Amino acid sequence: MTAISARRTSSAAASRGGGVLPWLAVPALVAFAVFALIPLIGVLLLSFTSWDTLGEIQLTGFESWRQVLTDPGLPHALWVTFLIMLLSWAFQTPASILIGVFLAGRQRYRELLAVLYFIPLLLSSAAIAITFKALLDPNFGLGAGLGIDFLTQDWLGEPGLAFGVVIFVVSWQYIPFHSLLYQGGVRQIPRSLYEAAELDGAGRVRMFFSITLPQLKYTIITSSTLMLVGSLTFFDLIFVLTEGGPGDATRALALDMYKRGFQANLMGAACVIGVILVLVGLALAMLLRRIGGRDPYASQLEGA
Amino acid sequence: MTATHTSRAAKRPATSGAHGRRPAKSRQRPNWLGGLVGWLWLAIVIIPIYWIVITSLKTQSNYYLTNPFAPPSEPTLDNYRLVIEMDFPLYFLNSLLVAIGTVIPSVLFSFMAAYAIVRSSGVSRFLRGVNSLFLMGLAIPLQATVIPVYLIIIKLHLYDSLTGLVLPSVAFAIPLSVLVLSNFIRDVPKELFESMRLDGATEWKTLWGLAFPLTRPAVVTVSIYNALQVWNGFLLPLILTQSPDKRTLPLALAAFQGGPYGVNVPAVLASVVLTILPMLILYTVGRRQLLSGLTAGFGK
Repeated sequence: MTAISARRTSSAAASRGGGVLPWLAVPALVAFAVFALIPLIGVLLLSFTSWDTLGEIQLTGFESWRQVLTDPGLPHALWVTFLIMLLSWAFQTPASILIGVFLAGRQRYRELLAVLYFIPLLLSSAAIAITFKALLDPNFGLGAGLGIDFLTQDWLGEPGLAFGVVIFVVSWQYIPFHSLLYQGGVRQIPRSLYEAAELDGAGRVRMFFSITLPQLKYTIITSSTLMLVGSLTFFDLIFVLTEGGPGDATRALALDMYKRGFQANLMGAACVIGVILVLVGLALAMLLRRIGGRDPYASQLEGA
Repeated sequence: MTATHTSRAAKRPATSGAHGRRPAKSRQRPNWLGGLVGWLWLAIVIIPIYWIVITSLKTQSNYYLTNPFAPPSEPTLDNYRLVIEMDFPLYFLNSLLVAIGTVIPSVLFSFMAAYAIVRSSGVSRFLRGVNSLFLMGLAIPLQATVIPVYLIIIKLHLYDSLTGLVLPSVAFAIPLSVLVLSNFIRDVPKELFESMRLDGATEWKTLWGLAFPLTRPAVVTVSIYNALQVWNGFLLPLILTQSPDKRTLPLALAAFQGGPYGVNVPAVLASVVLTILPMLILYTVGRRQLLSGLTAGFGK
């Protein structure tokens, strides 16, 4: 009797402090800890070692760091990553906003458009890279088939062109997703804002810049965060499309990490690149959060 | 100026709702630029897809001779036959096993965690900590940590096995799943939880009996999204497997194109079509939920 009532009070007290609830988070926490948190610490620790994947892991202090930081390949990879990030963002964002606004209209045909539009979301980067590689082949691709000279260039063999192709294919793959985010954002803007502006005689362009764009602020920050942080880890696309080439023209950080680690068997040096990637990613996320003034991932409904 | 209008307009939702039709129509003045970009980009999206499909039905000799955009005069399924003979059913099965093995635990674990976070993060410091940990996981490019993952998988003797692919995939899927699911669980009216509690239901029962069915659209969204990620994943299979019979589809595609059959473009494209088909079916089934779920999950 006392035992039961004691248990009851303790469970009531416990439910106030979380009770069984914390236990529910344990499976997710364990999985995340073992394969994400520990590797996160591990990448830092391994950056102070040398390991060729076959022999023993040896503690070598700052040797790998010195090796990577004095390698002219590092500033180049950083520059390539930065350019890919910046150019793909600058191309995708305006296009995604425009398309998102367009798709937010309620006409039935736009729903159909949206269905077709999001097909690239379903394709793997490998499949996309393979397709564009075949399409852009100077001898057997589109240019040769259609007899259009402009298209018959060595798209992946010339550094500037290859870089442009990477930006284009990245956009091809991700614009649909970001348009979708903007479509959702536009649909949440209260109609009354437009009605009021219309009573004031504001035109379409004016309404876009005075209402739509400011109201999309948080969507822009969420979408930009995903784009910028995501572009740090474009790996599969570049790996299959150009393998970092021609030369090192498209050798971005993620690819650089893979090549150092799994092709040159310098795991310590690869981990140094890994640490740099993590730091750049965190810095970007924090910067965007500061600009946005709030957590870009937080639910809008919660704040409303 | 705009602000005063805004608040005035917001104060009379009933009036604006009453003749909501008319203003909506009056601002249907065409959005030329949006329309232009929208249609143009549609063409850019669709043309390669169209080209993949028609080319996969051409013979190799026809491919070099005919106009690339002309549909095949005699469509053939030979390319598909060739691809199927090249062990693609095995790679397909591998991808399927990894996808199922990842999606089910990642969604169930994430749902339990999201439920706990929403229900008691106000009181439990532990759960608040867990939540910020997962949010941090979203900001960090987890792919940057693949080398330690590779080491852990080797130490667990799981290298070159499908289980070794599943475990890190589950972990990588958790942060976003928890975020989207908790945004949805938060929208379940608190009174429902309260009445369940008064009826004497345990948290476990409330979780599966109330929260889970009420947030099914979110569960579908997250499941499809995770399935897509794993189905299309390339980096983990590339570094965690080695034998050809453990390949998943994206890896098999790259190997096929790089191999001796790579010059046979129609066959390569047939293999691309085969890898998309299951996702296309999944998308057709869950499109509405996937699209609205993702939008809501990422906040406004």
